[in-house]
Amino acid sequence: MDTLKRYFRPEQLRELSLIVLIVFIFLFFGSQIEGYFSPRIFNRVMNDVAIIAVVALGQTLVLLTRNYDLSVGSIVGLTAFFIGKQLTDFAGMPPVVAMLLAIAAGASLGLINGLLVAYGRIPSIIVTLGTLAIYRAILVAYPGNKMVLINDLPQWISDLGSKQLFSIGEFGIRPVVAGAFVMFILFQLATSYLRFGRQLYAIGSNPEAARIGGLPSQKIVFSAFVLCGAIAGLAGFLYLVRYGNLNTAAAQGVELDSIAAAVVGGVSTNGGKGTVMGTLLGALMINLLQQSLLRWLVISNFWVEALLGLLILLAVLIDSVIINRLSTLWNQRRMEIQAEGETNTSEEKESHAA
Amino acid sequence: MQRRLEWIRGWEGILLVLLIGIVIFNSSMTPHYLQVQNQINLFQLHIEKIIIALIMTFIIINAEIDISVASVMALAGCVMGFLYEKGLPFEWCVLAGLLSGVLTGAFNGFMVAYARMTSLIVTLSGLIGYRGLAHVLLENRSVGNFPEWFDRLGQKPLIGPFPFALIVFFVLLIIALILLQWSGAGRYVFVIGNNSEVARYSGVNVRRVKMTLFIISGVISAFAGLLLAARLGSIRGDTAIGTELEVITMVLLGGVSIFGGTGSLYGVLLSVLIVLNLRNGMGLLNVPGENQTGVIGALLILSVLGPNIVQGIRETWNRRNIQRRRLGEERKGG
Repeated sequence: MDTLKRYFRPEQLRELSLIVLIVFIFLFFGSQIEGYFSPRIFNRVMNDVAIIAVVALGQTLVLLTRNYDLSVGSIVGLTAFFIGKQLTDFAGMPPVVAMLLAIAAGASLGLINGLLVAYGRIPSIIVTLGTLAIYRAILVAYPGNKMVLINDLPQWISDLGSKQLFSIGEFGIRPVVAGAFVMFILFQLATSYLRFGRQLYAIGSNPEAARIGGLPSQKIVFSAFVLCGAIAGLAGFLYLVRYGNLNTAAAQGVELDSIAAAVVGGVSTNGGKGTVMGTLLGALMINLLQQSLLRWLVISNFWVEALLGLLILLAVLIDSVIINRLSTLWNQRRMEIQAEGETNTSEEKESHAA
Repeated sequence: MQRRLEWIRGWEGILLVLLIGIVIFNSSMTPHYLQVQNQINLFQLHIEKIIIALIMTFIIINAEIDISVASVMALAGCVMGFLYEKGLPFEWCVLAGLLSGVLTGAFNGFMVAYARMTSLIVTLSGLIGYRGLAHVLLENRSVGNFPEWFDRLGQKPLIGPFPFALIVFFVLLIIALILLQWSGAGRYVFVIGNNSEVARYSGVNVRRVKMTLFIISGVISAFAGLLLAARLGSIRGDTAIGTELEVITMVLLGGVSIFGGTGSLYGVLLSVLIVLNLRNGMGLLNVPGENQTGVIGALLILSVLGPNIVQGIRETWNRRNIQRRRLGEERKGG
């Protein structure tokens, strides 16, 4: 029991309950909707999840430091549009170069956010509210035609969107989905074991203590924003691959979706709490529910949004009421066990001395 | 006299200079700019946002935020449209629309004040959920053909050249000024924004103040939604998407701190005038809407960056002075 306690914390209950809920949603709609377990629906859900989950991954890194990035929607839209335009003009560009260009473009937009927040000492909500509008304005002011059309893009874009990397039984896994999943595993490891990852948590849970403790807070917050921008840039590339046809309103509103995914996944907007994997589960759950409700004939399609709002509220309410109380109890119990252990060892020492 | 003029050197002073600059530039570009009719039109085009900005000032000073306002606007309009479509007397539909604002505001307020959730999360789920309810009611239809008096109220001048909405704005502005700047209730809003724990221990009923603010925010947003329906002559589920960010931008540009506790309605009033005049001026120069928003976004960032840079320079200057003095003393001592 004690070893179980060492490895298992109530915070992980949240991820477990999300998995249980996802399985439940899956089984419930499987019994309701004909052909629900078909590869077509699986692909549909997975493709949508991949994009929003990748954006939410970057958002999580920023949220962990007790900041927001409201500009991610505009970054995704701007990079997707920019890369689409470049590919229309220079069709010979290899896929890898296009992807790296997207990441670099996103990173430089994130760099501006990071500079203003970390070194300009402006609250992140103000900076990113401003850049949300500015980046969108740059997209609108982009010279030439206001549309990117899939017919003007090279063939590999539409191939990449529909090709299968490998398949498990009937279900084909597409490169975009596989790539997103690998990214999540890497970032989960990085945030739990690398120094940089732990520093993100340290700054988010108590910025003042982190500063006094000698952490380079400015540098870390700055890098979180650059990383978030780079990841959003990559998501922009995925967005282009997924949709092909873009207008100037591309990826509008993604910023709020990404925050919603992270919050449902247990990331706190007060910083320092939550995991990357939780965000993935949150994004998965929201999208699965969305896509399933759209296909469920019992209720009208228009209920999807309303239920989604309720779901986010419930997820956070349960978090603040149940999980917080549980973890307080848990910590108390652990401290008691520790205290008992210490008194035992000190008594042993005394008896040895005697 | 000196104390009375002190605000000119502060944030409001900068905004005032900016405003005068924009007005002079605009009136030199177009001769009709300063005519009363153009000035009224400029208010009328964004009247819903600036009415909501008044209550948003209270909420942000109180260290909370309400990003569900645009969805409440749409929901109120759709409740009204839905019932009107069902054949209820129109006056009842208007009342029901306002009531939906009371309910959503009370729900937000309850979740923030009594369930102790972060207002950003509560109103984010409201932003998605209330918009969803609006879509549930009207699906993708648009409801129009409201009674003639309703359309006239939204589109035609009521007293002299002033339309109904503008008169309401000025009445609300005076009430808000009295409440926030000169009354005890306004002090409570500031105290809670500065430190809600301290306020609670000093006997301020923090929960009731927050609850009241969110309910008023809901009602005013619903009212703004109905005004928008009257002005446009019809209502749809996707009306007013994104308005919340513009409202918050106006309030923050007015010098209200996002962390609560500081700011004034004078600043917000000036920033409202700046945003309206800037948009109007850019519109006269044929700048597209998204780029106008971009310019205002840049202004928002610069407005906070400027004072920060000045402060940074002052700090390094002081530090260098102290170092120099210390060096001089050491030399004397040596």
